[in-house]
Amino acid sequence: MDPWHKFRRIFYSVGIPPTIWLIAFFLVPLGLIWIFSFGEKVGVVGIDITWTLDNYVRSFNPDILTIFAKSLWLAAVATFICLVIGLPVALGIVYAPNKWKGLLLLGIMLPFWTNLLIRTYALIAVLRTRGYVNFTLEWLDGAARWFLELFGMGGIALAILGERFQALELLYNDNAVILGLVYVHLPFMVLPLYAALERLDRSYLEASLDLGAGHLRTLWNVVVPLALPGIISGLIITFIPALGSFLTPDLLGGPDSAMIATIIERQFKSANDWPFGSALSFLLMYITFGALAIRALMARRRGGDGMGG
Amino acid sequence: MTDGAKTIIGIRSVTKRFNGNVLAVDDVSLDIKSGEFFALLGPSGCGKTTLLRMIAGFEVPSDGSVEIDGQVVDDVPPNKRPVNMVFQSYAVFPHMTVADNVAYGLKMDGVSSSEAKGRVEEALGLVQLPGYGERMPDQLSGGQRQRVALARALVKRPKVLLLDEPLSALDAKLREAMQLELRNLQAKVGITFVMVTHDQDEALSMADRVAVMESGRVRQLAAPRDLYEFPNCRFVADFIGKMNLFEGVVKSSAGSEISVGIDGIGDVRLPFDGSAQGKIGIAIRPEKAMVTADKPSDEDCLSLEGQVTQVAYYGNESHVFVKTASGLDFSVTTQNNERSVVAATNPGDRRWVSWRRKDTLVLAE
Repeated sequence: MDPWHKFRRIFYSVGIPPTIWLIAFFLVPLGLIWIFSFGEKVGVVGIDITWTLDNYVRSFNPDILTIFAKSLWLAAVATFICLVIGLPVALGIVYAPNKWKGLLLLGIMLPFWTNLLIRTYALIAVLRTRGYVNFTLEWLDGAARWFLELFGMGGIALAILGERFQALELLYNDNAVILGLVYVHLPFMVLPLYAALERLDRSYLEASLDLGAGHLRTLWNVVVPLALPGIISGLIITFIPALGSFLTPDLLGGPDSAMIATIIERQFKSANDWPFGSALSFLLMYITFGALAIRALMARRRGGDGMGG
Repeated sequence: MTDGAKTIIGIRSVTKRFNGNVLAVDDVSLDIKSGEFFALLGPSGCGKTTLLRMIAGFEVPSDGSVEIDGQVVDDVPPNKRPVNMVFQSYAVFPHMTVADNVAYGLKMDGVSSSEAKGRVEEALGLVQLPGYGERMPDQLSGGQRQRVALARALVKRPKVLLLDEPLSALDAKLREAMQLELRNLQAKVGITFVMVTHDQDEALSMADRVAVMESGRVRQLAAPRDLYEFPNCRFVADFIGKMNLFEGVVKSSAGSEISVGIDGIGDVRLPFDGSAQGKIGIAIRPEKAMVTADKPSDEDCLSLEGQVTQVAYYGNESHVFVKTASGLDFSVTTQNNERSVVAATNPGDRRWVSWRRKDTLVLAE
């Protein structure tokens, strides 16, 4: 590589626009939010920067902490489910015939290109009481009743299935939020896992099988340890956006399944308390940094081989 | 290896097609005997590795079946077969110590950890890596990693050890040492070895028997000496060692003699036991021919006059290339067993190339 200063003009012309863009649209707004977080609300629109720590102190009240804890919990559960689903999916794509691989990866990527709002409403259409899941269940219920009555076991049908079909309440609770988070964030998990598994030398797997291990033990003893950098990358880049989602809990969650981003959004909009919202934003960011620091630490312990994704 | 030994691996009319039509192995039948060192030799793409992988269980035959120790194993997955493999890339698990690598197969078999420990030590001793148990694979050289892969496979005491190009990743000096060592190891443990290689020197120097494969078929199955001295077809003659190959036509055959018209040489009588007609191949090994200044008077010799075009000097031997008056290119290997012979032949010299009739190979195929 030639040193950059040999091509000073090219370097500047290529380097300056993105730098300006980054400063103007990322660092400056971020700095403003950081400054707001030390401010006080004055009137309807005014903010006085008094360098008070009050907003941060307010964040440490039980209500907010509960929501933080709940957000961490929901994001963690969703991330874990993504891993459990994503690992077999990634393995499946890696071992699929070559001509199918591109199509399968496209299938994973496709939701990325669809608006999040549309996807979430589609999920609502599936899950609501008059939705496709309940329609299917109702039909199965009806079929079962008909079948049992055909053999004169109407009493049993009544005992097991009850008086009439009760639609399941699938929406507006924590499970709906987790399902939504998994649905939205699965590609974030599958892609780094796929990248890590694709690079894995297949002779390791064959050696494990050859030495007497079954598929599950090979997965656990060989695939998982060797794909660990990719798994950690997948966990982190799934967990971070899941932790920060607000649309999913807003639309799918019940009154008590608000996540921290929902609260932040509320501060900037309906509550009109920008300083408090700013403080919460930065606390969320510090948690994210914490997650990244853990990843870096694990990468260093593995001899600097942590850039799995 | 004796002819009376029982068959440990039976390949029964095995055919393997990939993606429905690419023929990798084409109706191969083989009997590999218990205790022998068997080599599958051939150019890349000849199907030898596919055949090995079908024995290991990583590929399933499209037709025919594989038997191990008398049992058809077509439905047996690799982890349930009494064979173990040393992979071309060794596939030593990078996240485990040497001892854990070697103990892996024992752990999978449910061998107690105390017994496993003893067997791991024993196996590491066998491959001359005693005391290496606590090292990680990235602290080992390529040759050492290969020994770990060997120990890992041998520790399970398989009925057959499969080796996929075991020496191809080693440098030339180490390769030669490992050839001898593998041979000695096999004699010591008494396990049947089946080795895939594209290197004829490896196959000839290590194996009891060699199957030469081409385009998915076994062209010849013989002991190394027979393979070299009595190739049964043009492909094997050309693939194993160096060979002067000419075309001829059978004029007549009677008893143990055959009369052949060879392009550029003329009609000659050659000793030949089999039956041949029509077009045949005539082959003479370079080291079986001589280059002399005068025509030899020996009746049993065939001679051609020509001009030396090139002399390639290799120290212990020289390769002399002669273009005969009839236009044939003939290569002769001469041993430089006296200092004076080195300078005796030079390009441009007129010389006689001669060889004994009985050293002439008649190739029907």
